Amino acid sequence: MINFILKRLLQSTVVMLFVALISFFLFNFVGDPISNMVGQETSTEDMEQLRENLGLNDPFLVQFARFVGNAVQGDFGISYRLQRPVEELVAERMPATLELVFVSALIAIGLGVAGGLFTGLRKNHWLARLTLTSSLIGVSLPTFIIGILLIYIFAVQLNWLPSFGRGEVVQITDGWSTGLLTGSGWRAIILPAITLALYQTTLILRIIRSEMLEVMRTDFIKFAKARGLKSRDINYGHALKNTLIPVITVTGLQIGSLIAFSIITETVFQWPGMGNLFIQAVQFADVPVMSAYLVLVALFFVVINLIVDLLYFVVDPRLRADLVH
Amino acid sequence: MTKAGLIKFRNDFLDHDITYSFLHSPATIIAALVTLVMFVMAFGAPLFTSYTPFDPGSLNLMDAFIPPAWEDGGTALHVMGTDGQGRDIFAAILYGTQVSLTVGLLSVLLSIGIGIPLGIIAGYSGGWVDTVIMRIADIQLTIPPILIALMIDGITRTSISRDLHEVVAIPVLVASIGIASWPQYARITRSGTLVERNKDYIAAAKLIRTPVPLILLRHILPNVIGPTLIVATIGVAVAIIIEATLSFLGVGVPPTTPSLGTLIRIGNSFLFSGEWWITFFPALTLVILVLSVNLIGDWLRDTFNPKLR
Amino acid sequence: MAVLDISDLSIEFPTRRGILSAVEGLSLSIEAGEILGVVGESGAGKSLTGNAVVGLLEPPGRVSGGTIRLNGEDITHLSENAMRRVRGAQIGVIFQDPLTSLDPLYTIGRQLTQTILTHQKLSAAGARDKAIQLLSEVGIPAPERRFDAYPHEFSGGMRQRVVIALALCCDPCLIIADEPTTALDVSVQAQIIDLLKKLAREKGVATMLVTHDMGVIAETADRVAVIYSGRLVEMGKVRDVIDTPRHPYTRGLMDSIPQIGQNLRTLPNIEGAMPRLNARPEGCAFNPRCTQTLDRCFRHVPPLDTTADEQRQVACWLLTEQENRKETAYA
Repeated sequence: MINFILKRLLQSTVVMLFVALISFFLFNFVGDPISNMVGQETSTEDMEQLRENLGLNDPFLVQFARFVGNAVQGDFGISYRLQRPVEELVAERMPATLELVFVSALIAIGLGVAGGLFTGLRKNHWLARLTLTSSLIGVSLPTFIIGILLIYIFAVQLNWLPSFGRGEVVQITDGWSTGLLTGSGWRAIILPAITLALYQTTLILRIIRSEMLEVMRTDFIKFAKARGLKSRDINYGHALKNTLIPVITVTGLQIGSLIAFSIITETVFQWPGMGNLFIQAVQFADVPVMSAYLVLVALFFVVINLIVDLLYFVVDPRLRADLVH
Repeated sequence: MTKAGLIKFRNDFLDHDITYSFLHSPATIIAALVTLVMFVMAFGAPLFTSYTPFDPGSLNLMDAFIPPAWEDGGTALHVMGTDGQGRDIFAAILYGTQVSLTVGLLSVLLSIGIGIPLGIIAGYSGGWVDTVIMRIADIQLTIPPILIALMIDGITRTSISRDLHEVVAIPVLVASIGIASWPQYARITRSGTLVERNKDYIAAAKLIRTPVPLILLRHILPNVIGPTLIVATIGVAVAIIIEATLSFLGVGVPPTTPSLGTLIRIGNSFLFSGEWWITFFPALTLVILVLSVNLIGDWLRDTFNPKLR
Repeated sequence: MAVLDISDLSIEFPTRRGILSAVEGLSLSIEAGEILGVVGESGAGKSLTGNAVVGLLEPPGRVSGGTIRLNGEDITHLSENAMRRVRGAQIGVIFQDPLTSLDPLYTIGRQLTQTILTHQKLSAAGARDKAIQLLSEVGIPAPERRFDAYPHEFSGGMRQRVVIALALCCDPCLIIADEPTTALDVSVQAQIIDLLKKLAREKGVATMLVTHDMGVIAETADRVAVIYSGRLVEMGKVRDVIDTPRHPYTRGLMDSIPQIGQNLRTLPNIEGAMPRLNARPEGCAFNPRCTQTLDRCFRHVPPLDTTADEQRQVACWLLTEQENRKETAYA
């Protein structure tokens, strides 16, 4: 077990270094960091001096090591566009994004699992067919169109919910502000959370359904039926549990994708999160923010993958057994 | 062919399981028809509209914000109304669909162009080649294509001037989406290759010293390409969505040659002031297009390979 | 009274090109303590018959005629819930592949106690004791310790023992064993066969042993039913059928088993293949492969002939012909 975790951690570190390398190339070789930092009237000597001060003339490895060292401490330089330290900008925006992703993940997992089980177990029920057809529509609806549609119906026409922003936020600690403690915060998160969750819900629903259908065809389910077990025990005890490995994998990936997809949702709803920050960075070629975002998202994925790996062990005794030896 | 032969051919065709399944799936028939109609109308746009919505000289601001024909103030000249610059929405949709379809198809071609060869090479050679290719694919698979496409697009934007960017925007977009989606095709092709390479006919080909490239091209490729192409159908729908999303976010197709996503982005700002049609019709077109392609892909997958997900 | 009594059973599959009849007019019965071997090629309908008995036909397959009686009670069209109570309690089922028959995520102890507690009113501790006792009965060494082991920690043969223990959980009066030894090594096969025989003898369980392996039947069964293309073609005591097969198909089957001491260059086989369900010929289904056909064989399905001997049934026009000739000779 310990061995496995160590091995996984090592792999994750390699992945993170790889991403850091891309990020580093972005930072140093895409455009000229110096000309992005200084004004038009700076003399060539001053620029050269700045270059020397920033260590941009050092050997590649030294520079990369410094970049990684800084990144580990959360230092990604100064935003070209906003002229503020990137880590400050990101820290301000992070709570909004994480809250949005958290609420969406709850919706996606809840609805996805329930819908997947229902459509998988009662595949000929009319409601299951309807759900499945609408799930195809769900996959076909681009996130931003869902957002626009929801805004048009619930904000413009019915005027029930706000169409943008986070509502009233409460500062819990220095670094963390939450909208989940105020009524207006909850009202504000409903539409973006649903928008963000919908696509992932359909994906989770479809994977659970197809895994359930597959498990229901296996010999051990046939044998469980032949032993006269109750269908509740067969469906939830045996079938569902055996779908968990693929389902955990996909769900983990989907939650990871939520972070990326939040870029779209945050743009549509002007949600003051990291995605919004990132898309502006892309539009204005604000490289330090872009590279910081890339590293952060990669970190998020790596952490989720680790959790997924650990969950495998909880579920599958065969993997646990391999570890003992 | 004799008449009897033709009749037999027709009957066999109609009796075939695949034809049967197609003819008994009304949703698929409709989806196929809709896709065909959209395709024809998009690429034959000048035949279906006399407007040239993206020639600034032809626009008249006096025609701005005309609602659809059936609303008050609408005119039969602009069935779906006009936008803030007097552009005919219907014409804009035709040309926009053309851009969306082009980007969607080309980027899928690019990703299978990368994915299939890499998948076959990885599967056939095994060893460290396989490990390296599939590791990279694994890492990339964990990051959503849309984010990768955004990154690539952002980098190009930084590296080249704004004017140049307008010219190369569509090729860059195709490249971003194409590069972002190759791993899934590599995976499917690889798993097919792993099965095929152990079969006897490959052993026989090796025995008569068929050169490896020829084995890959003439023997493995035809046998593994089917499932990949089925997934590619759904891939077209996904690519169209990614393109539309990027354009909506303002980092995709420039407004000079707008795609459906760009049109939705332009129209979105008028939604609050009541000019719903400017964004509604492009959005509806996009959804119908993607849904139709998805339905066809779903049917193909269920019919030819129920195990594929 | 027979434990299992199947009479005139028909199973069919509706398809878009019409109804396929998979089993036609099949009758057989098994007494307590008796092992009936059901033999036939794959696709002959032997497994379907077993599935029909426990009510587990895969849709769209369905019983279209005849009755299945368990201890005299008609269970042909029981409700799903009533049938569930019969399965596992009165009828135990053993499947072909022990590697895939057990849920990999639960300990075997858990799977045993779950089955026991589903059908019997026992305390958790009582169920545990019973499970351990079952494990030792089927020959699992150190059952106390193995109770908490997962399926992947057992060898194939041991897993099949666990599967048998699961089938025996609630002291069924009938066991349906569908190819129980096919997936096992030869040496393990013998052990499993011995176990099945012991159960029949000591517990008086009626056993329906479905297999395509005549060797296993010869080892294990008291009587044998030979099925061809969904129809019963010959049934009788194992020794009689093996020593003097009467139906040409059975004869072909017996000839294709190599005998020790026989010096053969090639093994005899039956030319051709069993017809597909949608292409079953008129008359006797075996006629395209039979070497001694009569006109009648192509027109009418031969009835099961039981005149010679109550224990022996054969469906072949040749024999009726012989009988007739004998009768004419006597007269």
